[in-house]
Amino acid sequence: MDQVTVKINGIETKVPANATILEAAHAAGIRIPTLCYLREINAIAACRICLVQATGVRGHAAACVQKVADGMEIQTNTPGLRQARKTTLELILSNHRMDCLSCDRSPDCELQALAHEYGVDQYKYMGNENLKPQYERSAPHLVRDNSKCILCRRCVAVCGSNQHVAVIGTNERGFDTHVGSAFDMPLNDTACINCGQCISVCPTGALCERDDTHIVWDALADKTKHVIVAPAPSVRVQLGECFGMPIGTNVQGKLAAALRRLGFEKVFDVDFAADVTIMEEGTELLNRLQNGGKLPLITSCSPGWVKFCEYYFPDMIENLSSCKSPQQMFGALVKTYYAEKMGIDPKDLFVVSIMPCTAKKFECTRDNEAAAGVPDIDISLTTRELANMIKRSGIRFTDLPDEEFDPMLGVASGAGHIFGATGGVMEAALRTVAEIVTGKPLDNLDFTAVRGVAGCKEAEYDLAGTKVRVAVTSGTENAFQLLEMVRKGEADYHFIEVMACPGGCVNGGGQPHQPGEVRNFYDLRAERAKGLYSEDKKMKLRTSHENPFVKELYDTYLEKPGSHKAHHILHTTYVKRKVY
Amino acid sequence: MIRSHVLICGGTGCTSSGSPAIREHLEKELKRQGLDEEIKVVQTGCFGLCALGPIMIVYPEGTFYSRVTEEDVTEIVSEHLLKGRPVERLVYNPKTEDMPHGVTSLSETPFYKSQMRIALRNCGVIDPEQIDEYIALDGYLALGKVLTEMTPQQVIDVMKASGLRGRGGAGFPTGTKWQFAANNASDEKFVICNADEGDPGAFMDRSILEGDPHAVLEAMAIAGYAIGGTHGYIYVRAEYPIAVKRLEIAIDQAREYGLLGKNIFGTDFSFDIDIRLGAGAFVCGEETALMTSIEGFRGEPRNKPPFPAEKGLFGKPTIINNVETLANVPQIIVKGAQWFSSVGTDCTKGTKVFALGGKINNTGLVEIPMGTTLRQILFEIGGGIPGGKKFKAAQTGGPSGGCIPTEHLDTPIDYENLKAIGSMMGSGGLIVMDEDNCMVDIARFFLEFTVDESCGKCTPCRIGTRRLLEMLNKITEGNGTLEDLDKMEELSHYIIENALCGLGQTAPNPVLSTLKYFRNEYEAHVVEKRCPAGVCKKLLQYVIDPNKCTGCTLCARKCPVSCIAGKVKEPHVIDQSKCIKCGACMDNCKFSAISKK
Repeated sequence: MDQVTVKINGIETKVPANATILEAAHAAGIRIPTLCYLREINAIAACRICLVQATGVRGHAAACVQKVADGMEIQTNTPGLRQARKTTLELILSNHRMDCLSCDRSPDCELQALAHEYGVDQYKYMGNENLKPQYERSAPHLVRDNSKCILCRRCVAVCGSNQHVAVIGTNERGFDTHVGSAFDMPLNDTACINCGQCISVCPTGALCERDDTHIVWDALADKTKHVIVAPAPSVRVQLGECFGMPIGTNVQGKLAAALRRLGFEKVFDVDFAADVTIMEEGTELLNRLQNGGKLPLITSCSPGWVKFCEYYFPDMIENLSSCKSPQQMFGALVKTYYAEKMGIDPKDLFVVSIMPCTAKKFECTRDNEAAAGVPDIDISLTTRELANMIKRSGIRFTDLPDEEFDPMLGVASGAGHIFGATGGVMEAALRTVAEIVTGKPLDNLDFTAVRGVAGCKEAEYDLAGTKVRVAVTSGTENAFQLLEMVRKGEADYHFIEVMACPGGCVNGGGQPHQPGEVRNFYDLRAERAKGLYSEDKKMKLRTSHENPFVKELYDTYLEKPGSHKAHHILHTTYVKRKVY
Repeated sequence: MIRSHVLICGGTGCTSSGSPAIREHLEKELKRQGLDEEIKVVQTGCFGLCALGPIMIVYPEGTFYSRVTEEDVTEIVSEHLLKGRPVERLVYNPKTEDMPHGVTSLSETPFYKSQMRIALRNCGVIDPEQIDEYIALDGYLALGKVLTEMTPQQVIDVMKASGLRGRGGAGFPTGTKWQFAANNASDEKFVICNADEGDPGAFMDRSILEGDPHAVLEAMAIAGYAIGGTHGYIYVRAEYPIAVKRLEIAIDQAREYGLLGKNIFGTDFSFDIDIRLGAGAFVCGEETALMTSIEGFRGEPRNKPPFPAEKGLFGKPTIINNVETLANVPQIIVKGAQWFSSVGTDCTKGTKVFALGGKINNTGLVEIPMGTTLRQILFEIGGGIPGGKKFKAAQTGGPSGGCIPTEHLDTPIDYENLKAIGSMMGSGGLIVMDEDNCMVDIARFFLEFTVDESCGKCTPCRIGTRRLLEMLNKITEGNGTLEDLDKMEELSHYIIENALCGLGQTAPNPVLSTLKYFRNEYEAHVVEKRCPAGVCKKLLQYVIDPNKCTGCTLCARKCPVSCIAGKVKEPHVIDQSKCIKCGACMDNCKFSAISKK
């Protein structure tokens, strides 16, 4: 790539010719603050916090979008620039409801961090608007409080461009500008898919998941309830971030220990249900392949994706696997299999899932997600909510010993673990399907072509003479593009994995916040996924069908994958929805 | 055989004061008196002297009738058009020192004498709905010339040599802009005419579109040829219905004549133009916001670079020129760069149209050579301040311009000079203020406009201008401090340096220029809690002079809040704590006993 030479704060450095000033400065070891900018998502130069001086540019240059030029001299740290950034922050704070002491985002608010860094006078321009919350609480997964919104529009960008949903935008103009749905209609009346990407990109406390921890606290305190918990695959490689550990650290052992100390009766693992998902979905794929069923088969693990499909591809809901998601399979098995084995009335069971996801809060309220006549899952918490519970309980997370999940529904294969990254479900399914079809163990269990953070990946495999073309996509904009091609007959696959969030669950809407300044230079998706793949690599048990507890489940209870009973407990239905 | 032409202004100003009915009536009356074969009625664009509308001119003698009403029509027909005796009482005939008995022709009136009409040359002269009239006055000659005799680069070279700069406000050299777009290769390139004229009081673009729409179409086609453009868009405000209608007619006629469309003048060059209506957001006059709006999105500016010439409309190289800029182009081609550049100052060539408004006798449109002084415009052309009041300031450049005080009245007008004295050319609004205007209130008024019109995208403009306005409100309500003045200055400079687009970058100009030239007025508000011009209501007091008050009780009876007390035939007193400062008492007092201070 062409290189140019620029001088940043007097230091000469060579950078790629197409770099922005922000990227060039980063390469030169200089940090320029950002607020509205988010790599690959939002580059609108609106907040004006990243302004710098650059030769050849009239006025101040927005470092986030201004490209470098050969010989450009850049100043990022003059008294004037520091003062300008301070004033920008003071103006933002003048219209920001500052309940910083108790704000959900207090520990990791990007605005608070910058305000501290620049030593702002938060009262200098203080206005008398936004003194009260402006809540929007119509949706099951999220609370928006525009009194804390700084109009960076990252949420608008991620919703529109990355997710193809575009149910929020800016309404009115000037000082009255605010984020909302068209005509300010309740979010729940729009085609929102509950993915929560808006929450994960929000730099302040304007967007948060609906806090359901109080319900879990109450259940834990209720002696009549048998409270069970299980985390999703990706949670174990991310919870550590909430406790200052490096991105991608696998804390599975501490996670199990923490959950036990919180007072849950049983600490199981949704990864077990992921293995069961593979049994059911793999069987479904083989069935459809061999018996001329509807193809391509499309995965249904991601509730954001399922809802997106119901809205945008209602004609293709029959392509969706009828399998419940691992969360729902887990809940259903607890309230049927576990309840029966333990002799507990399902009504007395309270099942909590820990999820990377906000759409799971919606998913557990769907129809046909109640195998035992009561909801499969009672409450779905995000990784962030769990971290808050751990902190509030006085558990010193980083000092915890490593413990194991409880057996029966707590042991999983490596295939179950990798569900958390884009391509993981596909790879897990391929491992099992290939071994079942060929009848012999695979020499190499790594299907690397479906790994990685690319928005769309495809591959073709020969399974005992049957060619299987597969595609993996994540982010519903990517999914939209891919499915449009399928719908028009321009692409032809047998099996497609779709995850609503770009990069899969490791980048889910319920995962720990990482500030723009981290996201702009590190690929969270890749870093977090590494933790899952390295865990899988270490394991002996790497295929779902070899999981002894899965075998036991089928041998003693479900008979076989796809059985009538399995269908009743582990499969669901979909509805056609209208976008408008 | 036509022996006489009656021109009636069909611009927006005269239309709203009734010119269409006058025209209809006139045509009927001519028919009734059997003159319709001899006398032709022509509806034209704006003459410029809007204060005197509706306007009518009778040719060949050139009699200029002002403030014509429907009732006058019969008399004009039977006296002037039938018997040749002009109706003297309606003739605009200002008497000057040189001509104590009045001027003999329109071009000698003080209003027109110092003007030089290039952009407005056909306004008030031709019927804008007849392409033949435009062609008769050398219309489309320039387009024919560039397509058959010149290369695109030659066209750009002429534009560069002419020194024409953008009349929308920023003053970017037009030829250079065209060159940038020409240099960027692309399968598609666009020419946009920016007719989203939004400055309150400015209406030169509207007048040009209403009075000479073909000049703009011709210029866009020339620009298209020069840059390798494939299509043109005119982005015009929906609030300009007459302009839109005439543009539609003009585009249809030009297509019919083969002057737009495929293979213009039989050459390989094809170019067509479409109209896009703006919904009245001021910010859409900003070029990147305008393009975003054409693309179908919320009209908000984008960061520059990339500049439109590189990545403009739909991501393709695009030039955006203002209406007035374009109106100059055909004549520069026909008469040459030399001719154009001989007019004006060293750095600013040609003429500029100003819209005179506010406290001035001749409100209307004037086009003057660059380098003319403000004093000439206001006192020679504009006829000075009404009621013998004292001039205080002139505001150029629309709501984002600055206020120019008396000491700078002799500054020759050009882009650089106006900037140097804290104002700007802008699109050419020129609002005059006299001693009765409070400069703090003026700054507040203009800032209120930009606060309302801010798109809300960037922090400095969205929040900064609002906070600035709050400080101004605080001062006009008597709650300001001297510290606020410094804070306002600091915040103004911050907004100018950090806002995303031109709207924010210029919004504080009225505040800064009034702080610079009229700081004493601010200090009077802040320190003495007094509004010297008697405008800021919260700082006003109505008082009754006990020596003049006869105790007639009229004021007490007129007061809507009953805050005036006093016995019959004894001096009355106003309770200041209840007074709402409506002024009803003062207006009604027959003894001039009530004054405001």
